Amino acid sequence: MTQFLSLLLNGISLGAIYALIALGFVIIFKASEVVSFTHGSLLLLGAYSIARLSEPLGFLPAVLVGVLITAFAAFLVERLIINRLRGAPVISLAIVTIGVDIILLTELIRQIGPDILNVPHPWGGDSVRIGGVGISENRLIAMGVAGILIVAFFVAFKYSSWGVAMRASAEDGEAAALMGIRQGRVSALAWIVAGVLAAVAALFLVGAPTPGVSAAAYTVALRAFPAAILGGLDSTGGALVGGLLIGITEAMAAGYQEQLSFLGRGFGEVAPYVVMIIVLLVRPSGLFGTKELTRV
Amino acid sequence: MSDTLSAPAGATRTGAAAPARAARSPMRFLKPLLLLALLALLLVLPLYVEEFWLRTGFAVAGAIVGAIGLNLLVGTTGQLSLAHAFFLAVGAVSYTFISGESGGLGTRAVLRGLGLPPIVGMVVGVLLAGLAGLLFSPIAARLRGIYLGVASLGLVFIGVHVLNTWTPVTGGFNGRSVPEFSLFGFSFGNDDPQLFVLGVPFREAERLWYLGLVLALAAYVFARNLLRSRPGRALQTLRDSEVAASVMGVNVQAYKARVFLVSSMYAGLSGVMYALSIGSIAPESFGLTVSILYLAMIVLGGLGSVAGAALGAAFVTALPLVFQQFADVLPLVSSPGEGGIAAGIAARYLFGAAVILVVLFEPGGLAGFANRFRRRGRAPGRGSPSASPASAADRPTDTDPSDPPAQGSSTR
Repeated sequence: MTQFLSLLLNGISLGAIYALIALGFVIIFKASEVVSFTHGSLLLLGAYSIARLSEPLGFLPAVLVGVLITAFAAFLVERLIINRLRGAPVISLAIVTIGVDIILLTELIRQIGPDILNVPHPWGGDSVRIGGVGISENRLIAMGVAGILIVAFFVAFKYSSWGVAMRASAEDGEAAALMGIRQGRVSALAWIVAGVLAAVAALFLVGAPTPGVSAAAYTVALRAFPAAILGGLDSTGGALVGGLLIGITEAMAAGYQEQLSFLGRGFGEVAPYVVMIIVLLVRPSGLFGTKELTRV
Repeated sequence: MSDTLSAPAGATRTGAAAPARAARSPMRFLKPLLLLALLALLLVLPLYVEEFWLRTGFAVAGAIVGAIGLNLLVGTTGQLSLAHAFFLAVGAVSYTFISGESGGLGTRAVLRGLGLPPIVGMVVGVLLAGLAGLLFSPIAARLRGIYLGVASLGLVFIGVHVLNTWTPVTGGFNGRSVPEFSLFGFSFGNDDPQLFVLGVPFREAERLWYLGLVLALAAYVFARNLLRSRPGRALQTLRDSEVAASVMGVNVQAYKARVFLVSSMYAGLSGVMYALSIGSIAPESFGLTVSILYLAMIVLGGLGSVAGAALGAAFVTALPLVFQQFADVLPLVSSPGEGGIAAGIAARYLFGAAVILVVLFEPGGLAGFANRFRRRGRAPGRGSPSASPASAADRPTDTDPSDPPAQGSSTR
């Protein structure tokens, strides 16, 4: 039972991080109809800049600058490429983000090399016990920060003029444009927010249970794809649920590895994809995604 | 799903209409002659060039087969798939397992193999890859557009996991070596039988070159004929509008399943060829990067164009190898271990940039570029440089659906 609770807690904390990434993914999709395959390398960019800058600048300024760099990179991608392709087919847009991803990822991996860069989190690698259930401090803080960010996001999404503008343009782009909503600005803002969320997620993703920033962080970030798809690509709430679901699945599959040994070692890393495929079989648009209607 | 992707439709269409137009131009005689000359050149090449180029050629041939297959799926039918690496793996592993010998050489675990003739391994590998595609197609048929792209991403990771885990068959993390190919007793290895043609020793590289040539040519011709046939037209309609396709009597689900079958069979053959060209298989050879590179090939070559896929495959496969070969001559590029940019990495930058530029400026890819050039050459009056960006005007048939809600594949 203790093991179960421990895995659950760890799964939720991991899921909170995934939810941050998936949320960015979903708002990009809502605002500009792009499935951003760049997201994994954006996250790695965030982690890399934080790790590299924390020595000269100190931890907190490094985090701030790292978040800014990532947001700016996302902004650049939107302005220079995505914005020019407004109205292009979804597949072309996805492919162009793959192109960006190839360049960014290659450069980052070249910079990182075989090393594992260390991020000097002030909370270090300690873990705490809550009623006999152990969890690393990093993950605990991640849960808190992710919770705050997600609540803040949902409040902004609901009440701020940006949120209203974005929901309007996601609902019906043309009508929103006619109402004077500037699509380009909405889309650029969405990319910036997604960049910020990715960088914050990166900060915690490379903390305690994980040794540090390495090229492997990219693979971890990719698991936010199933999270976003699982919840439904155009549902912000779905991203949250999907993230948690994927986090818990992964933690459970890794924790009960002994019992699942017939599936092979390291099944935890694949479990998110298996869950995703099963869910998609039953609900092709994800759990909370808008069903695609075809009118003739 | 109509604006940019309709460009390749124009590419294939003009390809199909070319003979009719060519009848009025000197190209009528020139084109077959040029093709014959190219074929002759490829046939005699092993007599003159070094082993490196022949090996590159075989790798390119394998990639061409795979890229043509992926292009049928993504370019022609509009089903974004990142799972190509998975189907490559199915082909490669099946071949290795069926034609390989049992026993553990070098690794601790005992490898199993059936030891059947390599041609059986190749055929079964292709069939198994097709079967895997067919099994995935019910999922694929339910998913639209981008959902399919991400779901197929999952398949790659599951595939790599299986490769790592199922050690007796796949060799596990370290992989296993691949048996040499042979056909009815004629080995494609270095000797047995010793072979000299015009005084040039025909060793593994030379023999594989011809194998690659035959397979790539067959794959090319098959795909080209498929696209010009009724099913090919059906697939293109499917891409432009699923609703329109089903109204025209195209069984959408059945065609999606079939194109998945064909595409993954291509991938299976390509996987076998890849295994033969490298000589061993390992999980890292079938990761997401491979899928992405294949996607880069068909985007660069031109979505929907068979010749484009071949061009793109040649470009993407040969570039890193050539960079590596000439690392000391090229500026900025260096061999691994020295300062500067390693060959593979330099090639990656180029692919990434090329993919972005192609989508931004020439959605038809290399094939579209060639078509535009050719059209300008034929009709100088029409194709002035200022008119060329609006080349859509030259393609009266692929108009967008006039009624936006009828676009079945739009994601709203």
